[in-house]
Amino acid sequence: MGKTLFDKVWDAHVVTSAEGGIDVLYIDKHLIHEVTSPQAFAELEERGIQLFRPEKIMATADHNVPTWDQHLPIKDDLSRFQVNKLTENCAKHNVELYGLGHKYQGIVHVIGPELGVTQPGMTIVCGDSHTSTHGAFGSIAFGIGTSQVAQVMASQCLLQNKPKKMRVNVNGVLAKGVSPKDVILYIIAKLSANGGTGYFVEFAGNVFREMSMEGRMTVCNMSIEMGARGGMIAPDETTFEYVRGREFAPKGEDFEKAVAYWETLPTDNDATFDLEYSYDAADIEPMITFGTNPGMGIKVTENVPTEDKFSGQESFDKALGYMGFKAGESLINKQVNFVFIGSCTNSRIEDLRLVAELVKGRKKADNVNAFIVPGSKLVEAQAKSEGLDKIFAEAGFQLREPGCSACLGMNEDKIPAGEYCVSTSNRNFEGRQGQGARTLLASPLVAAITALEGKIVDVKAYLN
Amino acid sequence: MKVEKFQKLTATAVPLPIENIDTDQIIPARFLKATSREGFGDNLFCDWRYDSAGNPKADFVLNNPKYSGEILVAGRNFGCGSSREHAAWSIHDFGFKVVVSSFFADIFKGNALNNFLLPVQVSEEFLQEILQAVINEPSTELTIDLESQTIALGNKSESFSIDGYKKMCLLNGYDDIDFLLSLKDKIEAFEQKAV
Ligand code: SF4
Repeated sequence: MGKTLFDKVWDAHVVTSAEGGIDVLYIDKHLIHEVTSPQAFAELEERGIQLFRPEKIMATADHNVPTWDQHLPIKDDLSRFQVNKLTENCAKHNVELYGLGHKYQGIVHVIGPELGVTQPGMTIVCGDSHTSTHGAFGSIAFGIGTSQVAQVMASQCLLQNKPKKMRVNVNGVLAKGVSPKDVILYIIAKLSANGGTGYFVEFAGNVFREMSMEGRMTVCNMSIEMGARGGMIAPDETTFEYVRGREFAPKGEDFEKAVAYWETLPTDNDATFDLEYSYDAADIEPMITFGTNPGMGIKVTENVPTEDKFSGQESFDKALGYMGFKAGESLINKQVNFVFIGSCTNSRIEDLRLVAELVKGRKKADNVNAFIVPGSKLVEAQAKSEGLDKIFAEAGFQLREPGCSACLGMNEDKIPAGEYCVSTSNRNFEGRQGQGARTLLASPLVAAITALEGKIVDVKAYLN
Repeated sequence: MKVEKFQKLTATAVPLPIENIDTDQIIPARFLKATSREGFGDNLFCDWRYDSAGNPKADFVLNNPKYSGEILVAGRNFGCGSSREHAAWSIHDFGFKVVVSSFFADIFKGNALNNFLLPVQVSEEFLQEILQAVINEPSTELTIDLESQTIALGNKSESFSIDGYKKMCLLNGYDDIDFLLSLKDKIEAFEQKAV
């Protein structure tokens, strides 16, 4: 019987199997950041254990860094201490760090791919659930807890039960204004915030094949939001062309050899999945969320539902109460005062270009506070070299310095209580963007249009 | 990390009948600036527990003196969202040894097990039965026996599943690092072969 992409990569990394069938999985690349690593370093030190393969770790500071004046010492004492701790730990244990001020610094899931660290067929982990992003390259990538960060540091391995396999097919033609973000929000709305729990997902079909690597990353990034361990897309020419020539990608003959291997990875025709779903691209429209988990999404023009097919009425009412929405109402014309364009879901150069193209020569609405946080120093530099910074400034959008920012509200970039924020990030949980903040997840296009209009509008009508 | 054991527990429980409780509710991101594992219990469910002035909200269950115990009983899809192990640390640090739900998010489940916090998954019907019993009568006790993999409410019980390897770790107080370090030779041999 044939093998799936997931099987091929998984099986190639099993060192041995332990009691009860649990696999010892070898990890090719371990990404770390300041928030989930200090306790792991401390644990190894307490137990007198050396890092096993420090050269397989890449570190950056992203979650807890300011997005203003990054050249100055961090003002918040706890944040500064945590970021400094990472610097200390990396120096002490010989781990490569792209910290504040480094030309490669940025959100961990943005810099891995853009530096060519992320490659097809790899196993990649990080103490961050959106590690699933890297699956866009046909690698097995997933988030881990801090105890597991310590395990990988100690042994370059993890104990893992092999998850079940799901395939989500989307075929057809996407309408104008429908982006990869809408595709994944649509899938999560169909399957719910836990529809993928216990599974690793492969996204297949012409819609994903025709997507850019940036788009594929947006899709795989949010696979965790349906509860899946991760998402993957088969590597193809688009993947190889993206990886080719990047800083840490194999070069010359090594690259050709790697491609020959990567070409063997896609799922065999006779391979089977535990679960499979298929959707028609024509059914997908620009999406937005109305509730407090990413599964609570609707087409922008659709009304808020009156009940939730996935959860009890009490939880549903609680979510609507938090958001200040009424069951059955339309979100069109709702005033929005904050727009955040950033996060590891949508802060790549392609996202910024799309926003710039739309807002060029226009102005944001007076009521709106719109800010754009690039995913990395390289994205920021590229945006400036293309003059996007000037377009944003003229349109009244602030361009900040790279980091996670308002995606999780750990630094000072928070949305005030009670305010709505149309955000290109990936989570709309209660308080995610600040205590009492109300998040509406959407694509960069929907976010940018909201900023120009100061309210939610029918995107399709707007584009025509 | 302090290594513990888990074998059997009979205790009262705290009911939290809300679905999709995500890790941002369990421990909001602004508390993730710490660099040690201790003290997270103080901020468990912080934004549900305290108002913006820091006063306890009377209607939240952890502030209700009627309910206490070492078992947290919560609605389905508990622990979804971020991979932050701080969520498991804060629940454990608060004093819970077991979380009962009808469904757990994958990463949370793994993190809990790595911290000797036992996630017990029961059927939706049994969960509702437990919640009702505990809400109506706060002195209701539940018994969780890891060896036989059962959870009992009065004379009704259900079995729960747990990975065999993890069960062995919990019963004996082993952790994954010790096990992985014992495999060094195999891991190095694997690396040789893979090159
Ligand atoms: S941008 Fe948001 S989701 Fe992505 S790594 Fe940072 S905090 Fe996590």
